[in-house]
Amino acid sequence: MESRVLAVADLHLRRGARVILSGVSLDVARGEFVAVMGPSGSGKTTVLRAIAGLERADRGRIDVNGRVGMVFQFHHLFEHLTAIENICLAPMYAHGVSRDRAAAHARELLAAFGVDHRAHALPRQLSGGEAQRVAIARALAVDPPVLLMDEPTASLDPARRSELGELLQGLTRRNTALLVATHDEDFARGYATRVLRMEDGQVR
Amino acid sequence: MFFVFSCVSCLAAGAPAASAQTPFRWAGDPEGGAPFVEADPSHPDTLVGFDVEITDVMAKSLGRRPEFVNISFYSIDQSIARGDAEIGMSGIEDTPARRSTLAVTVPYYEFREVLSVRDADAARFRSLADLRGKAVATLAGTIAYEILLRGERDYGLRAVSYEDDVHPYSDLALGRVDAVLLDNVLAERRHRTIRGFTIQPQSIAIGHYVGVLAPQNAPLRDAINETLRGAMRDGTLERIFRKWQVWNEDQPKLYAELLAGKPVEPVIGFDTSGGVANASKWDAARRYMPSLLRASIVTIILSCLSMGLAIAIGVAIATGRVYGGRPVRLLLLGYVELMRGTPILLQLFVIYYGLAAAVRLPAFAAALLGLALNYAAYESEIYRSALEAVPAGQLEAARTLGLSERQVLRLIRGPQAFRLALAPMTNDFVALLKDSSLVSVLTVLELTKQTQIFATNLGSWVIPGALCAGLYLAMSLPVAALARRLERQWKAAS
Repeated sequence: MESRVLAVADLHLRRGARVILSGVSLDVARGEFVAVMGPSGSGKTTVLRAIAGLERADRGRIDVNGRVGMVFQFHHLFEHLTAIENICLAPMYAHGVSRDRAAAHARELLAAFGVDHRAHALPRQLSGGEAQRVAIARALAVDPPVLLMDEPTASLDPARRSELGELLQGLTRRNTALLVATHDEDFARGYATRVLRMEDGQVR
Repeated sequence: MFFVFSCVSCLAAGAPAASAQTPFRWAGDPEGGAPFVEADPSHPDTLVGFDVEITDVMAKSLGRRPEFVNISFYSIDQSIARGDAEIGMSGIEDTPARRSTLAVTVPYYEFREVLSVRDADAARFRSLADLRGKAVATLAGTIAYEILLRGERDYGLRAVSYEDDVHPYSDLALGRVDAVLLDNVLAERRHRTIRGFTIQPQSIAIGHYVGVLAPQNAPLRDAINETLRGAMRDGTLERIFRKWQVWNEDQPKLYAELLAGKPVEPVIGFDTSGGVANASKWDAARRYMPSLLRASIVTIILSCLSMGLAIAIGVAIATGRVYGGRPVRLLLLGYVELMRGTPILLQLFVIYYGLAAAVRLPAFAAALLGLALNYAAYESEIYRSALEAVPAGQLEAARTLGLSERQVLRLIRGPQAFRLALAPMTNDFVALLKDSSLVSVLTVLELTKQTQIFATNLGSWVIPGALCAGLYLAMSLPVAALARRLERQWKAAS
């Protein structure tokens, strides 16, 4: 139980009359790669957003060892900042790390993900795959215990998809936990250590 | 019904029907007030004043019906030249410029330029030479203003130009200026309503009131001159001026000279040969260039400072409207609607004159504040919509990274909104540059006002207008170019 980094218990959330989540419970352990699958509207994205603090649940508990990292489906890189500035922002302003140390760490992350040559590009100048890697680096820059990802393979071709899978497996080997919402059955089966299925706002 | 009746009665009386039906259109400015032209306090639709009565005498001798055309005092010359009315009568001064560009009647009244000072200063400020370093007020575009400009060079005083003849005296009483130079008719009138100032007995110069007509109307002018001479001879003018309490011993002397056929100089006691009216147009432009450039500097400094302040206030208002609670949002919305929904000219008047009893702001500070407060309302709307246009995903990404709301605003939302706001802001800055001309009503001598003075002295708007337009463009084009460059940088493709 000590290895558990994220615990969600009995999460309920409704928007108006519509029930989005009705009693979602799940755990993620250190180094685990959990895929959440399910049809559109089943509540996958909402679970991630609730864990990230972007949605307020009506009922239930979310326990995390620290702050989760989040990679959005459309990345949401800060459009006015370069790739490396995107990555340095949170360490510098939310954690008080010096500019030099934040930049050095950002370069390591960019190099690890093979995009160090794009450090000074603006988000609109990056390809979809490059932007995703920068977004992952940005989320990892503050060493979160869990990385949440929403539909990471949605816009990747098969070659890029397997590169991403290997990259994420590399992260789990360094003890980062992953909770990934996806439609992609093959991707989930191929790389996840566990697959959860959601339907009508519940984990089946 | 009345119209039909009056026409029938004209015909019945056997008057020359054709000319009786063509009204004698005359231009004046009722804002100038008594004793020249003013709306009768008991019948606001009726005009009274000595200029009204003299014009009646002229119309009667021409066998025509007078018809008043309301023209701003500063536009009378131009209006007459372009034919809006046949004659301008509103305490208009005889000047070399008017004589060279318009058909001017014989003078019908002689006035003295007199100095008014606060009672306490009556013993020490007796002439312009006593006013080194002091602010002396007058009406823009008058002989008195020319005298004060000469006084700036000769005595080191500071000329302050107003657009009406009430505020120079009220500001004298308030202590904003140290003296007023204007004609004795205006000074004596104000002395009846505003307390605390003394009119010095020594006159600085002597001038005359005339009627002005378009150059091609010289024959009409000659006919009017005959009427005026007749009215001097038979005491009609004396009766009118006595009625308005402005008759004095200077007038019989003036009339005697005119009736003896002697020429009367437009201005006595002040050498007007240095005026631009006698110079060639290009020479005049060359001589006015330094003062136009100085006025441009006032315009650019005023605009930049006002815009800076407007941006700061606008950002604060926009932030309050996006992040504030309901009472704050309503209060700020009220401010924005008040500033956008009322004329900026009114706001400037209230800040400078209306608040004078409580806060006596210097003219430049009042102008700066007035422009900034007004433009802040418009800027805040730009920033508010720009802040709201930043995609929600950008803000969510920042929040998941652990940034506080304040940091999200400062590091993400603000900078992105600024890029969206840049183009409309540039627009507003150029608009402000031009709106800054409104502050001349607060006696700030900026580019448009200086151009107007130049045009009045020159008797033409062509060269001053072109120079003024050129200077405004020289200020606004670089701003637009800078904004385009910034936008290009932000949009730079890889």
